[in-house]
Amino acid sequence: MNEDKIQEKTSKIDLNRRDMPRQSPEMRRNNFDEVALGYTEELALAEASRCLQCKKPRCVTGCPVEIDIPGFISCITRGDFRAGIKKLKEKNCLPAVSGRVCPQESQCESKCILGNKKAEIAIGRLERFLADWEASEGKVDLPQKAKPTGKKVAIVGSGPAGLTVGGDLILLGHEVTIFEALHKAGGVLVYGIPEFRLPKAIVQREVDYLKALGVNVFTDFVVGKTRSIDEFLEEFDAVFVGTGAGLPWFMSIPGENLNGVYSANEYLTRMNLMKGYQYPRSATPVKKHLKVAVVGGGNVAMDSARTALRMGASESHIVYRRSHTELPARAEEAENAEEEGVIFDVLTLPVAYIGDENGWVKEIECIKMQLGEPDASGRRVPVEMPGSNFRMQMDAVVCAIGNSPNPLVPATTPGLDTTKRGTLVADPETGKTTRDRVWAGGDIVTGAATVILAMGAGRKAARAIHEYLTMEKQ
Amino acid sequence: MNKVIERSMIVPNMHLLEIESPQIASKVKPGQFVIVRGTDEGERVPLSIADYDAEKGTISIVFMEVGASTSVLARLKAGDEVATCVGPLGNATSIENFGNVMLVGGCYGIGSLYPLAKELKAKGNKITTVLEARSSYLIYWLKRYIPLSEKIITITRDGSMGQKGHVSRLPDVIHGMPERPARIFVNGCTYLMAHTSEVTKDLGIPVVVNLNPIMIDGTGMCGVCRVTVGGQMKFACVDGPEFMGHDIDWKEFLARRKAYMTEETIFFRRSDAHAHNEGKCAWHE
Repeated sequence: MNEDKIQEKTSKIDLNRRDMPRQSPEMRRNNFDEVALGYTEELALAEASRCLQCKKPRCVTGCPVEIDIPGFISCITRGDFRAGIKKLKEKNCLPAVSGRVCPQESQCESKCILGNKKAEIAIGRLERFLADWEASEGKVDLPQKAKPTGKKVAIVGSGPAGLTVGGDLILLGHEVTIFEALHKAGGVLVYGIPEFRLPKAIVQREVDYLKALGVNVFTDFVVGKTRSIDEFLEEFDAVFVGTGAGLPWFMSIPGENLNGVYSANEYLTRMNLMKGYQYPRSATPVKKHLKVAVVGGGNVAMDSARTALRMGASESHIVYRRSHTELPARAEEAENAEEEGVIFDVLTLPVAYIGDENGWVKEIECIKMQLGEPDASGRRVPVEMPGSNFRMQMDAVVCAIGNSPNPLVPATTPGLDTTKRGTLVADPETGKTTRDRVWAGGDIVTGAATVILAMGAGRKAARAIHEYLTMEKQ
Repeated sequence: MNKVIERSMIVPNMHLLEIESPQIASKVKPGQFVIVRGTDEGERVPLSIADYDAEKGTISIVFMEVGASTSVLARLKAGDEVATCVGPLGNATSIENFGNVMLVGGCYGIGSLYPLAKELKAKGNKITTVLEARSSYLIYWLKRYIPLSEKIITITRDGSMGQKGHVSRLPDVIHGMPERPARIFVNGCTYLMAHTSEVTKDLGIPVVVNLNPIMIDGTGMCGVCRVTVGGQMKFACVDGPEFMGHDIDWKEFLARRKAYMTEETIFFRRSDAHAHNEGKCAWHE
């Protein structure tokens, strides 16, 4: 092909990646409603018709659950949304969730050929469009279930991994029961991710869908306490453990136990699951904080900092020890936070919290950092700058530096081996643990990661459990 | 599920709540707790278990009405249901034959020590029970402790029953005993546990306390119940709730315990608070 022809070809390609309407920063920093408003039908059609329908779609290789991306996009182009959602649900039982919280920019969309022109197809927004379209229709098609196998499966934890396993195995004809420790199903999707990023009604919709398929869901049931895995193995043919990364890290610096210093888990759970943003209409008390420092640079940190603004803080800071480029949060989330007025104190590390006479935090002492040589992860290591200590007045600190796997199940299940990091030892391809008839997936195996990775692990485990349950010998 | 079998006020402001929960009743051991949510909008409140009956499938809780959430629980009637009752949470008390033991209970702790007393007795321990309250009318369950104890000592602030004073009398009580206890178990309000730990510091007797911090999930996820024990950060829900009283940073723990004191009482100033509605309080709408 000569230059002219290439020119001609690319000029026909629509390089206008359609923006998704959003609440303005001034509006949204004062409410808990969803920030992104979703594509209209026109926008979805326009965006979908930009897709080149590649013969060898690279986007699919970037998807942990191998969704037929060109397939569902072509359904949108044809205007056949029902076929589109069906196509999506072949591989992904939670499209309304993943369409919102998946880091598409580093997965499917990063592989899109139009990315070369900085105009990759907005796959996530299209996925979300279809899921929301189905919900607005008010009529959800229930897929055909396989003949009952008579096999019973217990799923521990109702987060993205557990819901995926449940959704897959129920369709294959097994009897599925999900056990959740909290009073609402959804795991991190309900206690962690805030309403303005993932409305709880959407999670509830997905849980209701599983229930409609016949999945039993027991809340207020702590596996490891109310019943053990060993007891489950007497009653069920297989057990899946998806208990997540629910043990917050702290930094072991002075003053961490002062009042007003929260783990991100506590802060977000108070606001989301316990509906703190409706206090005093909801009973769980929350404090009014004016200056909030959120320590960390991931999505959870962004969620916390943006929640603080919505709760009426006049200043909400992200305190992060590396530079802006190394922020582990999705670019979109960091941008949203910045637009809303979150202040980024990068290359800054807290070294102590200082309290008042009543035991409440009033100041944080930080030290300035500079970037040194790259470490094993390829990121440049932050190094303290001696003598650069300074103090900031703060009346709350949210520690969002990560989580260890929750130890309740490993600690109460003999023979269930863990790694040094406390994660469960499991086959990466099948999720099989060191205990007979027990599989695991999600953050409990990988350590804190993303929703879609947990869903991908759930999918693999469901496949392996199904294979085991339908083996001849059984 | 979670049907209320009984709810009654046993002494002023102190309530007994019996809930049907066969799952928990068949599992619970002394020292453990449940998290209860009265209504769907309710707060998650951790409460120690004061009794249980595996056959009947029920557990009992003794709690004090202090704020919004406990006031909802204090108005439950037989046949009602609570939105959440989850457990048994926390680690069970390690019980062996220690020889002589002392139980120190006050407030709701008089209730929550009871299962422990039964198990200790069953293991052959000789029990001295100390019940502490502001006044005689706040002492309850005396009759339950009589068959379990070698000796019962009551201490009241106003001297209306037993010895006059408070737990600072404990060293004197112990010095006066023919045989010192090998271990002291304390359940009750934070002040009682902190104070008992303080006054027994020099006696060389291990003091086991059962902490009652603010919690949300009770499974180690939120970390609000953190406490410094022997210089290390522990989570009361999964590492406790029992710890050695002499190792606890009580000043910090007390401050954390009081974090939401204002919010708890603000509730009573709201016009829709039960007490005011029912009592038609003249001072508030």
